[in-house]
Amino acid sequence: MMQENKKEIESMQDPILEIRNLRVLFPVHKKWLPAVDGVDLTIQPGEITGIVGESGSGKSVMSQSVLRLRDHDTAVRYEGEILFEKENLLKWSLKQMRNIRGNRISVIFQDPLNSLSPVHTVESQLMEVLILHKKISKEEAKKKSVQMLKMIGIPNPENCMKKYPFELSGGMQQRVMIAIALACEPKLLIADEPTTALDVTIQEQILYLIQDLNKKLGMSILFITHDLGAVSNLCHSVKVMYLGQIVEDAKTEELFTHPLHPYTKGLLACIPHLAVERRKELPTIPGSVPSLSHIPEGCHFCTRCHEADERCRKMPPPVVEATPGHTVKCWKYAEGGKKNEVGV
Amino acid sequence: MSHLIEINGLKKTFPVYGKTGKIFSQKEYMCAVDNLSFYIEEGETYGLVGESGCGKSTTGRAIVGLTKADGGSILYKGKDLCKLNDKQFRPLRKEIQMVFQNALSALNPRRRIGDILGEILEIHGMKDADERREQVIETLKKVGLSEEHYFRFPHELSGGQVQRLGIASALIIGPRLIVCDEPVSALDVSIQAQILNMLIELQKELRISMLFISHDIGVIRFISDRIGVMYLGTLTEEASTETLFANPLHPYTKMLFDAVPDPYITNREFHALTGEQPVRTQAFQGCAFYNRCPYASDRCKIETPEFKEVESGHKVACHMVS
Amino acid sequence: MNLRKRKTSALNQAIFREQREIRKERLLASPALIIGAVGFLIILLLAVFVPLLNPTDPNAMEVANRLQPPSGKYLLGTDEFGRDLFVRVMYGARVSLWVGGCVAVFSCILGTIVGVYASYFKVLDQILMRICDGLIAIPGILLAIALIAALGTSSWNVILALTIVYTPSVARTVRASAMVIREQAYVEAAKVQGFGNLRILWRMILPGVISPLTVQASFIFAQAIISEASLSFLGAGIPAPAASWGNMLEASKLVFSKAPWTMICPGAAVILCVMSLNLLGDGLRDFLDPRVKGGQKK
Repeated sequence: MMQENKKEIESMQDPILEIRNLRVLFPVHKKWLPAVDGVDLTIQPGEITGIVGESGSGKSVMSQSVLRLRDHDTAVRYEGEILFEKENLLKWSLKQMRNIRGNRISVIFQDPLNSLSPVHTVESQLMEVLILHKKISKEEAKKKSVQMLKMIGIPNPENCMKKYPFELSGGMQQRVMIAIALACEPKLLIADEPTTALDVTIQEQILYLIQDLNKKLGMSILFITHDLGAVSNLCHSVKVMYLGQIVEDAKTEELFTHPLHPYTKGLLACIPHLAVERRKELPTIPGSVPSLSHIPEGCHFCTRCHEADERCRKMPPPVVEATPGHTVKCWKYAEGGKKNEVGV
Repeated sequence: MSHLIEINGLKKTFPVYGKTGKIFSQKEYMCAVDNLSFYIEEGETYGLVGESGCGKSTTGRAIVGLTKADGGSILYKGKDLCKLNDKQFRPLRKEIQMVFQNALSALNPRRRIGDILGEILEIHGMKDADERREQVIETLKKVGLSEEHYFRFPHELSGGQVQRLGIASALIIGPRLIVCDEPVSALDVSIQAQILNMLIELQKELRISMLFISHDIGVIRFISDRIGVMYLGTLTEEASTETLFANPLHPYTKMLFDAVPDPYITNREFHALTGEQPVRTQAFQGCAFYNRCPYASDRCKIETPEFKEVESGHKVACHMVS
Repeated sequence: MNLRKRKTSALNQAIFREQREIRKERLLASPALIIGAVGFLIILLLAVFVPLLNPTDPNAMEVANRLQPPSGKYLLGTDEFGRDLFVRVMYGARVSLWVGGCVAVFSCILGTIVGVYASYFKVLDQILMRICDGLIAIPGILLAIALIAALGTSSWNVILALTIVYTPSVARTVRASAMVIREQAYVEAAKVQGFGNLRILWRMILPGVISPLTVQASFIFAQAIISEASLSFLGAGIPAPAASWGNMLEASKLVFSKAPWTMICPGAAVILCVMSLNLLGDGLRDFLDPRVKGGQKK
């Protein structure tokens, strides 16, 4: 069934979201520094796209810039294009953006309790989105809200409607967040570390829900996380980010069976997953992620890379298509590099 | 090998208040930890794994004396830690130390690293300033930091370095037992691997025992010799790491292990698990896992299963296993 | 630590230099602090040196030159008895700064002792905080008037009365921030490491309280100046012939339609002084808050 699904995705032509050479810059010490540095990304309808990276990789900034969520409170500068159904969101006014948020593009965050209003009941928060975007009556909104809660597997929706967010458990809060996000049937759902704050068994429930909703409603999902396990289990394709750049991009199976970029390899190797020998030294990536003001020249990863040479430290590497559909930003796979290793 | 520390029937309750607030509602108690027993051997790493709210942190805090237990005993070298007051506990501080999850907030932000570590030595009776300085630098080197960090403030270090410093402040007075409360959960995976390697290396070198508390099954498996699985304030299963992962018996352990996302399995079909951890009141009875267990019977609802040994060193609390 | 060893290492020197740089950067990033500090310093220097360099007696009357407008001879004009307003404003500044400063220092010392102990010992907390609640419940200026009515008017009694008025609010601030610090992980860690209660109280909690306390002190300084002026204006402050801003405002209320400078000058002095102290307090709060870096909240 998965296979069929994939063929369907490939046959569809118009991407739902297309990001072209996006740069997001923040002022640090009177200089504009790029938290996101030239990202290209396309999301096909019905696809679950995963973005993995450590803290400081710019994955959250990138996802927030799709909805321009940072515009209100910090100085921020955008370059490039974000095309949602062929319209450049970066050219839109904030008023136009408000119409699209929670309506055609929705977002769920890591910490549901902080993203829900503490002084309103679940009912009023759910109905508000519906009334605002769908312009329907209160009764209809109420009916729809109960339906939504039922769909996302809340056992007693009428009872849950009357509660305040803090009266619910973490898993239930995240479900309510998802219900609010999906209330207007968005084309695209951005899930920013939706399961990081949850326990594994609750994570399993939420991931099940996301997978299920994707199949039922056919919406696209941009799934952002630092958890390689969750990504490989859930997503159709994966992009690995490091310091504001996508360093590797492939279909999930391809990426996890043939990782190419030294960073991806390193990340996979240092997880103490269940097949690793106990108490035997884990391979590590030396050092830590440099801060924005200390991004190295050339390849961003060169300071921590085992295989970096002179060229890596001087010139930024090109994006190479190693095998069809599998791109990697590394000199190793470029023309004139150690080309014979490609596809090993 | 002998038991370094033995926890017997530990119990800790917290008051919970109803909707009407503190004044008018009747006081009720929830049990964070109830009838918990385990021991740690000399030089061993005991892993305590469970979901948030299962009481694993409370257990760790009770052992280092940050929370007072309401019942049971914690025997360390023949003394019951629960019965000691602050002053009697102080000499034992040297032997039982703790590593915190958020290392940065566990370090005084106003003081330099050298002063923070030096003061710990000072209160444990090292009066000579030069001697203290030498010992501090030696400890810094041991955890992979260097002399140049001596005059730094904690917030000037990176996340991984701060956790190294947190470990240094626990190690500096030469403890016998370290309680590690989620020491790597706040770190990125690449840094997490560095810290885990270092902990194992140090433990081998210094022969300390460790109580390692974590919600991450991969991490717990990697570092522990024996593992206790906690649910709702009590142990549901305990075995050596190999046994536990080869042959998990309790339904909760199985559910937990199945839910760990393995990066080498792609496009997995997730399970529609149901239910969540309830609140354990004092009148609680039956099996803790009753409401989520796929095999639950009427007996599980009424009768609390005994935590009994099914094979050598492998204990389970479940009516279905015998 | 060992000073000699600190000096010798070039590496350590570099670390200290870097830390100083960061501090300097943060200092420069908050203009309020600099403006407030400079403003307050100017007022302080004027108050100290003008009476020293200018021998004019602030109480010397020249009936011939009553209610003169500001001119070359009388910088700020004269009042209804022909006294030089500029000199009187400067002498008034001495009184205001002396009273405000003493009140700020005394109430902070008292409030800190009360607050820190209250935060750490539960029974004491109940007793001390109920007393504070009682004092806060009475409007400050009324309490001060009542106290002065009982004690008699003198600058020391004004200081005493205002100290009693402001101590409870300091105690509350200190207690609140001490209780926050007490719950911090590093205090817990210190307990695990074997620190005694008193050591935690004085070596960890007190230094943490200092920064909100400094901010509070500068605000109390400003408030005390206003209160002193109000008390003097009501006749319950510094006794009459002595120059204080409140007295001068009080004296001007009969003549200010004819000679507005008699009210504007001391009034402006109060405003400038209080404003620079408030700016100083705001700036200090941003500077001392470790979460604010380079002028931006992280």
